[in-house]
Amino acid sequence: MTALAVSNLCKHFGGLRVTTNVNLTVEPGERRLIIGPNGAGKTTLFNLITGEIAPDSGSIRLFDRDITWISSHRRPHLGMARTYQIITLFANDTILRNVTLALLGLSPLRWSPFKDIEQQHAVIERARAALARVGLGHIADRPLSQTSYGERRRVEIAMALAQEPKVLLLDEPFAGLSIDERRDVRQLLNTIPREVTVVMIEHNMDVALDWAERITLLHFGEVIVEGTRAEVVANPRTREVYLGH
Amino acid sequence: MSARLRYGAIAVALALLVTLPLWVGNSYYINIASQILLFAVFALALNVLVGYGGLVSLGHAGLFAVAGYSSALLLQAGFDHLVADSAAILITLAASAVFAALALRSTGIGFLMITLALGQIVWGVAYRWASLTNGDNGVPVSTRPAPFGISLASAPSFYFATLLIFLLALLSMAVFVRSPFGASVRGTRDQARRMTALGYNVWLIRFVAIVFSGFWTGVSGLLFIYYNQFVSPQVAQLTSSAEVLLMVISGGTATLFGPIVGAAIVVIMKNVVSAYIERWNLVLGVIFVVIISFMPEGLVPGSVRLARWLWQATRFGAPAARPSGEIKP
Repeated sequence: MTALAVSNLCKHFGGLRVTTNVNLTVEPGERRLIIGPNGAGKTTLFNLITGEIAPDSGSIRLFDRDITWISSHRRPHLGMARTYQIITLFANDTILRNVTLALLGLSPLRWSPFKDIEQQHAVIERARAALARVGLGHIADRPLSQTSYGERRRVEIAMALAQEPKVLLLDEPFAGLSIDERRDVRQLLNTIPREVTVVMIEHNMDVALDWAERITLLHFGEVIVEGTRAEVVANPRTREVYLGH
Repeated sequence: MSARLRYGAIAVALALLVTLPLWVGNSYYINIASQILLFAVFALALNVLVGYGGLVSLGHAGLFAVAGYSSALLLQAGFDHLVADSAAILITLAASAVFAALALRSTGIGFLMITLALGQIVWGVAYRWASLTNGDNGVPVSTRPAPFGISLASAPSFYFATLLIFLLALLSMAVFVRSPFGASVRGTRDQARRMTALGYNVWLIRFVAIVFSGFWTGVSGLLFIYYNQFVSPQVAQLTSSAEVLLMVISGGTATLFGPIVGAAIVVIMKNVVSAYIERWNLVLGVIFVVIISFMPEGLVPGSVRLARWLWQATRFGAPAARPSGEIKP
């Protein structure tokens, strides 16, 4: 059984082919890195996998279940969670409320019009625990507007982890972080349980190289190279399109 | 603001509202109070969409009119009040669902334009389909209902009935705002994309919000026809939709009390100031410009901000930083 299987996926915007016959097979528990230069179609691939945009052709399978035409909002219920490269959080709320919303998203409680959200102690405790996991427990009640960029990155990850996904898609979790913050996030990634399959997009190959087990290199919407860390680094085409000449 | 102050203010306001017919006396002013309350219900209903859902509708007068006309025509056909009003609410819910299904193909300006068009269709039916709606002449509503045998014919009795419904509407809004569903609706306003990625069905949440809003719009429409004992195409006009939208925006969107204050301003302008100043529309316009210039977030959150700032400034002797952002509803 594979955790995530993408086959012959195609997507074009007008004449621009952003995803061309992409095949991707990720085993359960695997750490997969997807790299590629700007405009390689990395985020588009994530948007296709999460269903935010529909593919022109091809299929996406999650644990052998075809989800190609399952609507985007159903996919988190099947065990898929993602973070965004461009921070996409609820700016008017506290950190805690952000994570609480993540938990409510998978709970039938989200439809309840009569209960008081402040009284949902079980959910709120889980949200606090998720924040403690990413080292934000002490500022959980702070409004998001009063947090640093690095903290927001971790809120992004906390929201995805709180949902206890089977497949976690991280879109450039290191983008815009300082060296210290990168190290923190890097350590955080090491604490993700092995049952969780993680696919990470990273523009900068060095940041996550030692984290990845297998690497896929995208270029102009196509998979150019795929293999273990050593294979990809050694491949001349990687050097050609990615590492610079 | 401390919770005690808040609850104290609410208690005082409630006491004033309950005793209003006693200290106002004059039935003309009691009627104006009834009007304020029924339009407050309308504005609260629209605020669900404009304030919490981030969906600006310019077609709500259409839903208001659907409720009014349905009830008036069923009463004219000989049905009793309970049947006519229940059926009118059901018809309004169905109309809201149709509005939602069509308008939710889009958000933002697209949503606004589709709701505007739908509202105009209702107006067109009311105005032109004379065999059904009696066209420009409107439909008279000969009697007010008498729930549990209590006649609502007099101004104070109608006021109390309106007050009761207004308080129920306000209570339902307070419960909605605190509920997980209320949080879902606000989430779709702030980050629809993220909500989808978290497993929320954004379309369905918005749909339910529109139907909820449609319910209270329908209730206020019924209050309106019983208040006037008459319904005409004027109710469904675009200006009616714009007026209630102005109530919400001037009072303060996404607040519980903003729409009520907005309703009070517009109704008082229309009824009281118009008696003294012929160009009352001009005065209303100036008031809105002043509100939007100095309190762009609306009168209620703006006043809270100003009061807090003044309090801090006098207490510490130095101007405090102006608190900004969304206040707690």
